[in-house]
Amino acid sequence: MGMTIAEKIIARAAGVEEAHAGNIYVVELDHLMSNDGTTHLTIDMYNKLKNKKIYDKNKLIWIMDHNVPCDSPKTAASQKKMRDFARENGITLHEGDGICHEIMIEKYINPKELIFGADSHTCSYGELGAFGTGVGCTDYLYAMVTGKSWVLAPETLRFNLTGELKNGATARDLILTIIGMIGANGANYKAMEFVGPGMKNLTMSDRICICNLCVEAGAKTGLMEVDDIAKAYLREHGREAVDGFVSDPDAKFEKVYDIDMGDIVPVVAKPHFVDNISPVEEVKDVEINEAFLGSCNNGRIEDLRLGASIIKGKKVAPGVRFLVSPASRDVYAQALEEGIIDIFMEAGAIVVNSNCSVCWGSCQGVIGEGETLISTGTRNFKGRAGDKNSFVYLGSAATVTASAIAGKITRA
Amino acid sequence: MGKVFKYGKDVDTDQIIASQYLLYPTIEEMKVHAFESLDSEFIKCVEPGDFIVADENFGCGSSREQAPAVLKACGIKAVLAKSFARIFYRNSINLGVPVIICSDIYDHVKTGDEITLNMEEGYAEVAGVKYSCTKVPEYMKNILDQGGLLASLEKEI
Repeated sequence: MGMTIAEKIIARAAGVEEAHAGNIYVVELDHLMSNDGTTHLTIDMYNKLKNKKIYDKNKLIWIMDHNVPCDSPKTAASQKKMRDFARENGITLHEGDGICHEIMIEKYINPKELIFGADSHTCSYGELGAFGTGVGCTDYLYAMVTGKSWVLAPETLRFNLTGELKNGATARDLILTIIGMIGANGANYKAMEFVGPGMKNLTMSDRICICNLCVEAGAKTGLMEVDDIAKAYLREHGREAVDGFVSDPDAKFEKVYDIDMGDIVPVVAKPHFVDNISPVEEVKDVEINEAFLGSCNNGRIEDLRLGASIIKGKKVAPGVRFLVSPASRDVYAQALEEGIIDIFMEAGAIVVNSNCSVCWGSCQGVIGEGETLISTGTRNFKGRAGDKNSFVYLGSAATVTASAIAGKITRA
Repeated sequence: MGKVFKYGKDVDTDQIIASQYLLYPTIEEMKVHAFESLDSEFIKCVEPGDFIVADENFGCGSSREQAPAVLKACGIKAVLAKSFARIFYRNSINLGVPVIICSDIYDHVKTGDEITLNMEEGYAEVAGVKYSCTKVPEYMKNILDQGGLLASLEKEI
């Protein structure tokens, strides 16, 4: 029986000929990523083990990105624990280099790999043909000590993309529209696979954006074929342009969706659910207090270029804070070189360091009671960006920037 | 027997424990903020042995294990929901917190009702009425039975 990309990656990681949805496999992990959101707890559990050992420290990549720079003595204690443990055990540690998923994609991920990350957006690695999935710190610890874990091979929802994005719509609008269509648990326990003639019209940044948000439909991961565009990215980032898997013609898909990207329009996810989708044009008279351009979903150079092209020569609306956070140090350096940071600064934006920032709602730019944020972040849950009685809308880099200028939600 | 705290659909992990508390050094320091944005009464009223009953997609969003960990620290005996988000489900099993898929009970209970859970027989009982629950798959039940994944790991190494 044929296999999907997800099943083929699991079969490879399990060292078996075939893997099929619904069965549990013991797998060897290729990378184990953890960030400062939970690593202090993993270390506490590790230190209580009777037999302490790390299976292969070279598989571990630790990245501080959630509360960077540190915001309180309590956070400092947790981060110091992570920093010290990494040093003592020879674990690769990034601090101040950017958001974990962006760094993993820029520097580490290869096609066909299976990656556990102690962060739900670990589903972001599918554009390189790799299966990343989020786990908690106990699962992480188990894999850190044994090199292995178990996975339930997921069913696959296949999205056949045709045409190209137009009418001001972006990849962000496409994936938000898909989440609105299938719902916040529409892909729960499943893989989402994106293929079709429209793929050639999507950049790597677009593809990362799409895979990254799959968990907001409940998905275990998002996956794509490794084509010439993905291979060029691998080469540009110093890695070998190896092939990925493709699903067999007789692979079993739970459902196949045909989507003409030409039908997509700019949308927002309204409070307090990511699947609460509405065209931007139908959202009337929503005044904002803050706008955020950044995150692992939408903080790459392409997103910053888009925002800068809209705000160049204009000003952020009076009374509105516009925070911009490039997704990584490399993105930040590129934006500086291209004069993009100057454009945002001249417009009155607050440009901050590369980190999770407003998207994670605990570090920079949290919003107050009754305030409204429009964000390129990943989630709009109640209280996600600050006070429990505040409101978060999710939109594209274009919609966020246009809204920052207008002072209310508007399309570019 | 314990009492019910009833919540709706798509209860996300930010509502179970908000981001600003996740880097607190210990679960004990975090737990007093459980359900802070959703239900300020929870932490005042919860007692060991209580249950959470929820609609679909409980625990969606972030992979933070702090979510099931604070529920465990608050003494929650089990969560019964129409469905669970994947990572929350797995984290709960790993911590030894039973997460039970029970489609029928949601529409027949309210917060404060007394509930009894019989995991072996696969039912929950409220006011003399039994509601059947989906049994936890064998692989995961083994982890639960050992008291969580950490206990299992200790045996392996």
